[in-house]
Amino acid sequence: MSSLSQLDQVKTTPWSGGRSPWSVEYGKIMMWFFLVSDAFTFSSLLIYYGAQRFSKGAWPAPDKVFQSIPGVMDHGAPLVFVGIMTFILIMSSVTMVLAVEAGHRRSKKEVIGWMIATIIGGFMFLGCQAIEWSHLFHEGFHWGEIPAKEELAQFFNGPVSEVSAQQFANLFFTITGFHGFHVFSGVIINIIILCMTINGTFEKRGHYLMVEKVGLYWHFVDLVWVFVFTFFYLV
Amino acid sequence: MSEQHSHTVEAHEHDDHAGLSVSRIWQVFGILLAITVVEFIIALLLIPKGFMTQKVGNYVYIVLTLLKAFYIVAYFMHLKFEKRGLQITLGLSFIFICYFIVLMMIEGSYLHEHMPKV
Repeated sequence: MSSLSQLDQVKTTPWSGGRSPWSVEYGKIMMWFFLVSDAFTFSSLLIYYGAQRFSKGAWPAPDKVFQSIPGVMDHGAPLVFVGIMTFILIMSSVTMVLAVEAGHRRSKKEVIGWMIATIIGGFMFLGCQAIEWSHLFHEGFHWGEIPAKEELAQFFNGPVSEVSAQQFANLFFTITGFHGFHVFSGVIINIIILCMTINGTFEKRGHYLMVEKVGLYWHFVDLVWVFVFTFFYLV
Repeated sequence: MSEQHSHTVEAHEHDDHAGLSVSRIWQVFGILLAITVVEFIIALLLIPKGFMTQKVGNYVYIVLTLLKAFYIVAYFMHLKFEKRGLQITLGLSFIFICYFIVLMMIEGSYLHEHMPKV
């Protein structure tokens, strides 16, 4: 084969052009890239939190700060409420995958059902978070505010540090607030997609790729919660 | 060749998504739930009763968290069934996060030694 005819040959490798090398739709790739950038934002918040916590000898003990089930019991139930919140969010992630799966089969009815379930899950999580925040507010934690020094002792195992308590309060509200804001916008986007599904927009389009894209976002919110849960409530 | 090039959206829908059936979704949900239950057992039983120190527990938590993250990203976000190129592109960027973690750990331990203990 001469070198000239080699040049004439059509290349068929994934990266030689003419088709998408990842065979992923454009909007989905953009959603992935957005999520990577968002992962960086959340990482920087969580890593700063980690560095602060690592630098302090004393830190509020999670099972002492979070030990109430609002409306049921005030003390003595460490991590139960956040366990319920985690379960709700994982559950709503599952209903989202089921919506995506129904979308592949182009079953409009099932997509609508699972999207509604996901939105309800999102609202339930937001409600729980609002209750959790207001409980902490009542205990005296806020951005820039902590309970009086005598009361602070009940949140620590061992020595009490006001600086640590303040850092904990600021970082807890900032990070869970930023996550909650993501959940909130996720719910709004889910509602928009639900309306589009009901209107039959995706039916006419012939595919339910938009459901997949919001699904990616929704799972990312769940993913962030997994990390927030570990580093605020367990470690 | 030209048929191969004109991949439509629906066409690769089908071969792409063969991996995730409804039963598999519930299986992954079960795994995520089981890992969370294990975390609660460690937090509420093993550490308070003294079967595990908080320090060992923290490492176990981090491993379990990364495992959960893997299941969410691989199955729910479907990355396991995407092309290798996309997996590498998205995964590589996390080197920067690892680097940042190392930097901030060094910073944190420096502060731990040199700041006044309040």
